[in-house]
Amino acid sequence: MSWKKDEDTDELGALMNLDHSMVLQEARVFNETPIRPRHSRLLLAKIIFLMYRGDTMPTTEATNLFFSITKLFQCKDMSLRQMVYLTIKELSTVSEDVIMVTSSLMKDMQPKSEITYRANAIRALCKILDPSMLPGIERFIKSAIVEKSPSIASAALVSSYHLFKDSKDVVRRWGNEVSEALNGKSLNQGTSFFGGSAAQNQVVSNSKIVQYHALGLMYAIRQHDRMAVLKMVQAFSSQGKTSSWISSSNAALRSDMAHVLLVRYAVRVMENDPSLLPQLYTMLEEWMGHRSDMVSIEAARAMCQLKEVTAKQLTPAVNVLQQALSASQKPTLRFAAIRTLNALARTHPEAVQPCNVDMEGLITDSNRSVATFAITTLLKTGNEASVDRLMKQMQGFMAEISDEFKIIVAEAVRSLCRKFPGKHSVFLGFLSGVLRDEGGFEFKRAAIEAIVDLAKHVPECKEAALAHLCEFIEDCEFTKLSVRVLHFLGEEGPLTARPTVYIRHIYNRVVLENAVVRAAAVSALAKFGSSPVADASLQQSVRVLLKRCLDDRDDEVRDRAAWALRMSGGSQTTRDKYVRDDSTFALAVLERKLVEYCADSSASAKGSFNFESIPRISRAQEEESRNRTRMENMDAVLTGTTLSAPSGSGRKTGGGESSAPGTPGMGSGTAASGFMDSFEQQAQYASKLNAIPELAAFGEQPLVSSAKAVGLTESETEYVVRCIKHVYESHIVFQFDITNTIPEQVLAQVEVSMEPEEDIEGVLQPVVVVPIPELKCDEPGTAYVAFEHTDPDTFPAVSFACTLKFTVKECDPATGEPEEGDDGFEDEYSLEATDISAGDFMQATYIPDSQALWEALGTNGEAIETFALANFDSIEECITKVCDLLGMCPLEGALKPKSKAAHQAVFTGRWLGRTRAVARTRMTYQKGTGVTMELAVRSEDHTVSELVVSAIA
Amino acid sequence: MTNLSLYTVRAMIILDGDGNRLIAKYYTRGQTEQSYRSVKEQKKFEGELFAKTRKTNAQVVLYNGQTVLFINSNDVYFYLVGDPEENELLLLSALQGFYDGVCQLVKYDLSKRKILDNLDMVVLALDEAIDDGIVLETDGNVIASNVSKRGVDTIDMSLSNLNEQTLIDAYKQAKERFNLAMLR
Repeated sequence: MSWKKDEDTDELGALMNLDHSMVLQEARVFNETPIRPRHSRLLLAKIIFLMYRGDTMPTTEATNLFFSITKLFQCKDMSLRQMVYLTIKELSTVSEDVIMVTSSLMKDMQPKSEITYRANAIRALCKILDPSMLPGIERFIKSAIVEKSPSIASAALVSSYHLFKDSKDVVRRWGNEVSEALNGKSLNQGTSFFGGSAAQNQVVSNSKIVQYHALGLMYAIRQHDRMAVLKMVQAFSSQGKTSSWISSSNAALRSDMAHVLLVRYAVRVMENDPSLLPQLYTMLEEWMGHRSDMVSIEAARAMCQLKEVTAKQLTPAVNVLQQALSASQKPTLRFAAIRTLNALARTHPEAVQPCNVDMEGLITDSNRSVATFAITTLLKTGNEASVDRLMKQMQGFMAEISDEFKIIVAEAVRSLCRKFPGKHSVFLGFLSGVLRDEGGFEFKRAAIEAIVDLAKHVPECKEAALAHLCEFIEDCEFTKLSVRVLHFLGEEGPLTARPTVYIRHIYNRVVLENAVVRAAAVSALAKFGSSPVADASLQQSVRVLLKRCLDDRDDEVRDRAAWALRMSGGSQTTRDKYVRDDSTFALAVLERKLVEYCADSSASAKGSFNFESIPRISRAQEEESRNRTRMENMDAVLTGTTLSAPSGSGRKTGGGESSAPGTPGMGSGTAASGFMDSFEQQAQYASKLNAIPELAAFGEQPLVSSAKAVGLTESETEYVVRCIKHVYESHIVFQFDITNTIPEQVLAQVEVSMEPEEDIEGVLQPVVVVPIPELKCDEPGTAYVAFEHTDPDTFPAVSFACTLKFTVKECDPATGEPEEGDDGFEDEYSLEATDISAGDFMQATYIPDSQALWEALGTNGEAIETFALANFDSIEECITKVCDLLGMCPLEGALKPKSKAAHQAVFTGRWLGRTRAVARTRMTYQKGTGVTMELAVRSEDHTVSELVVSAIA
Repeated sequence: MTNLSLYTVRAMIILDGDGNRLIAKYYTRGQTEQSYRSVKEQKKFEGELFAKTRKTNAQVVLYNGQTVLFINSNDVYFYLVGDPEENELLLLSALQGFYDGVCQLVKYDLSKRKILDNLDMVVLALDEAIDDGIVLETDGNVIASNVSKRGVDTIDMSLSNLNEQTLIDAYKQAKERFNLAMLR
């Protein structure tokens, strides 16, 4: 049974090098009479092989081929016919006129044909069928669905499922037949090996998969009818019956795969109805005991993913998963279980804790994904006591694992450090241990970053950590890492009790290393020299060292040394400004601007690059955002893309508090990390706005764009509208992102009409309305409304009633093309009101050293007011709201009140992107009276301060 | 988002011992994102996947945001690519069914050579196992039985003739005839 049984010819090679011109040559065979079924079948297999291998066939060739294949229908040989069906299906996407074979296929699907014929003919026919012809064959498909033979029934059900997308109405009519197949008599046939289609010698399926297909199709038909789905689910849940699966009545699921679907449907239809929840819990719990792992895992997973679930309800699910963890023969089962636990640990770490011991056993699992999941889950669930054991275990296998895996471990330890600062000595020991071992760059880098992190966030171990780093650079083969460590030593070293120790290590680098490292070492030395705590003798010795660097071979090193020497002579403030600046540019924006500048040939004529337009952020913020990407990357690696629910519990520890006292604006929590994104977002808005000629005239870029899009509709209505505000020099633009969710409609001339609810005569003047010409289903469009801000001294606080106006045209949901001759009718849809307040004019920019600015601004431009805010239940809630209203950048954990009773917060921002403003709030909370808040704002302009304060009112 | 539809399989791939594609079928129905459209993307994906899985006996990995199940036998690697959220065991049963079916059809001891020798049966088995992204059958026996065996070309080979030949002779004759047929 082979092409040729001759081992010596390189038939394999020939097959691998097959190309389609060769095959097409051979295809003449199809035209011969009599037809040679075996030969033709092998040739067809070659054609399919070519397609599966990835060769693309031009349409004309495919069409020619197709027509010669149709001749093969003359031959009744079954083995050939099956291959013909398959080829037709495969060619149907490339060839033209495939519809030609419809009649041949229809003949084959007649009830009197053989089973293999029928099943395959149905599947092939449904692939090439034009939806308009469906009613013609409806009768056959309906009878095929209820056919006794499982393979015919499955073929018919699956084909109907494919057709459902385009011909919903027709397929819906088959509900009765589908339901019969689902509950069915065909299944009862299946229970006996001698029953049913024994005449045709069919092997009886053990998977009972017909039910899976029937259930899937049934749901597709009924999915919008909640009650029907609910009834279906309840019919199949074995409640109220004897729990034995064998003796249960007709309405039982014999297919495991169908049962998996049932679990999903049950969750889908019952989860959001509180009255059904108890029933859902009982059902899921029962299903967890199902004999098939597939079903029990699905049920356990469903339970873990429920939105509202208590630890008690989770216990059985966790038990099931725990058992699965120890299934040594089934890697996939282990994988499924640990993955579910990992996801659960994000939301309910305490529920996963009972599995800790089992998971520790999986750290060395041969499936790396399982091991990784185990480690990261342990990180989330572990408690302080288990850390020692965990670390010991990790140390044990570090030598045996690949670099890639080591990196994950290092990252994991890094997160652990944040979580259990008390255990720093264990971690540090571990990390310095692995640093001494062999390892690639990425791994060493991860370890270094972990130590750096530890030093930053756990002050007690800083000196030890720095010592380890010093030791590391003594013998480091990676230039980049040496530079990284030197930079960090420069940052932290000067603040320690004995800076001289580090200076010795750093200077050693100057003597021994390559130019890049030497330059970094010089910069680090400079930082020691210019540190505010450095005493005279230290400064003097640094200067001596720097002088020696002046005759270095490398330009960069000499330049840096010279510059550092010059700085060390200057005043403390200059030094602070240049050597110890804690703010940086928003790099993403800077990059984009520079690219634009370079691309625009006329730009250099206009003048040099304008750095003023680049927003500045604190280093802490930058680090924060990098941290976040790191966490997200790690999560993404672990979980695939879509498991991104609340993005990592690691972020909870990610905020971090400032460790270096005296440096303002360190670690401002999660909110700050959003700012990087918002700059990026603004840049995107700007380019979108500039693409519209009417709006581009307002200025190069909006001064302020609101950070968040505000929904003006519920998220599940017919039309979803979200609003974003852009403030220009003398214009205000409302951007409306509109999505049409009705497939049967195309909207034309969509615009938003805005009616001010107060008199804005002389302040705001509507100028431009940009409509969306055509809005198809699920293709979001953007409409704009622009106002001119005619009185620059008045900043209005006004709200607008918004209405969506459009022309509705009916359309074919399949193609999205409006029906011809339909002029449509006009319609309106009212939206929630949108408003402008003082906060919209404020750009949330980080201003370094807000303390000094506060002092410098003085009381002249100060506005103070006290508010009694009775309707807040906690400080946290209040501060978030205040931050939203002010539209300013929160500093220093402003959004994370440490106590429940009182809180202070500082915000910075630039009014209209220019005038700097600092706001300080003090708030106290008492049960009963709510929050009392004092807000003090200082800015360069008194009116601005007043306006900022008014934002709260 | 839980997958409530029947579309669960994104691709079925068979690679040889060097990571080269023998057969690959990507299913695009019911998929919007993450499907590999161009052949170049597909081959790149397969190459990376192979590198990642070759030396392990892991059976399941998460790769590039998708759940990938695989089975290795001699110098062939069977991969099934599925939704990241999909029940891994469900996917495994689909892959296992196809794999079992193919094994039965080629009389076990699966290898690259056997796959190429029995291409017609392998592609038919794939067609019987997965229909455009929907798992059609997971029972290897059924899959194998649904695949028709090769027929004979209508060159007469009467029974009387066969009776007098030894098996070796019969094989030789069959081979000659077949070669003749191939050359024509």
